Amino acid sequence: MTEPVLTPPPHAVPAAFTRAQLDWLPWLEPLAPEALTPRHMAALVDASRAGSPYFRLLARDPAALEARTRTDKDIFYNTDAGLPRAERELAAAATSRFNGCIYCASVHARFAATYSKRVEDVQRLLDEGVGAALGERWEAIVAASVALSATPVAFGPEHVARLRQVGLDDLAIADVIQSAAFFNWANRLMLSLGEPTE
Amino acid sequence: MTDVIDHLAGIGPGSALDAVRARRPEARRQAQASHDALFAPEEPGEVTLEERRALAAYVCGLHGEAEIEAFHAEGLVAGLRAAIAEAVAGSRGPGPFGHYPSGPLSAEDSEGPAWQPDAALAERLGARLAAACAHLHMLVLHPRDAAPADLQRLLDAGWSATGIVTLSQIAAFLSFQIRTIRGLAVLRASLEASP
Repeated sequence: MTEPVLTPPPHAVPAAFTRAQLDWLPWLEPLAPEALTPRHMAALVDASRAGSPYFRLLARDPAALEARTRTDKDIFYNTDAGLPRAERELAAAATSRFNGCIYCASVHARFAATYSKRVEDVQRLLDEGVGAALGERWEAIVAASVALSATPVAFGPEHVARLRQVGLDDLAIADVIQSAAFFNWANRLMLSLGEPTE
Repeated sequence: MTDVIDHLAGIGPGSALDAVRARRPEARRQAQASHDALFAPEEPGEVTLEERRALAAYVCGLHGEAEIEAFHAEGLVAGLRAAIAEAVAGSRGPGPFGHYPSGPLSAEDSEGPAWQPDAALAERLGARLAAACAHLHMLVLHPRDAAPADLQRLLDAGWSATGIVTLSQIAAFLSFQIRTIRGLAVLRASLEASP
């Protein structure tokens, strides 16, 4: 049996990076809500994610989804020291801006703006891109995220030195690395299994 | 069981970075669980272990990461390993590039080569892996070019929606694993270099 690719209904395609709330339309059939087994529900981790077509599509491989989600949560939500949440979100937004994931960038730019209260700086990152003037500390985090996201990877000792210079300790630097690395995972799923809509 | 990221980033027990990683224990455990789910699954389902290994070698090769590639390619039969090496040699290049929806971001469009194996290589890889490698090339190097037609090509080659989710997770997870290893290895080296 060959399932066809889904054709999303006519919709407004976001043509710029934005902090606005976007929706996402899948190109492959997500599991139906009524078809979710206890294994799928465990893989969703938060029961509320059963409402999301994106997570119900990823639930087709439940073991991979569950481990992905638990990795994500600890990298971004673990409050034990390290990089402040705002700057973990900055690394996520910068990575998404660089890779070109308008949907992921919208979500994590909103979080970065909320936690940092630096709305104009976050918007400048979206508008101007990863070369935007954001002050030395944020620029160091963005540059490290971008170098790590390039293929081949361009992250080197100069990025670590610059992060130290702006005050990051080892744990905070590891948080930048994991936050940016994680969004290289998330961006590729979001970009290739469906599309954003306004 | 060995933690793959620690192993490939050179992080030994009791080292400074071992302590740093221990502060994000769930991320460490679940990154390994992701690796296991994709490369040593309880039920391989549609994507065989051999195919998973071959695709991992291809993704690592595209990143120019020989050591990580060798780790993932271990156990791969020689003919397939050679075909993957040929695919890597013929399709490597810098990323990310690609196109945006037309509008203000069009100024940031950047061109690069889409890739698919030629007929001779496709025959050595088999139709399923040939289509999967072409897709993973896009996922690694120009993911913002992704379109429904890319998924249709996978369906036409015999992959199901569930198989495509697993293939996508393999490329996406490795994009994370490779960068975590490289980033932590650079951080480790910086600590060893300082007094």
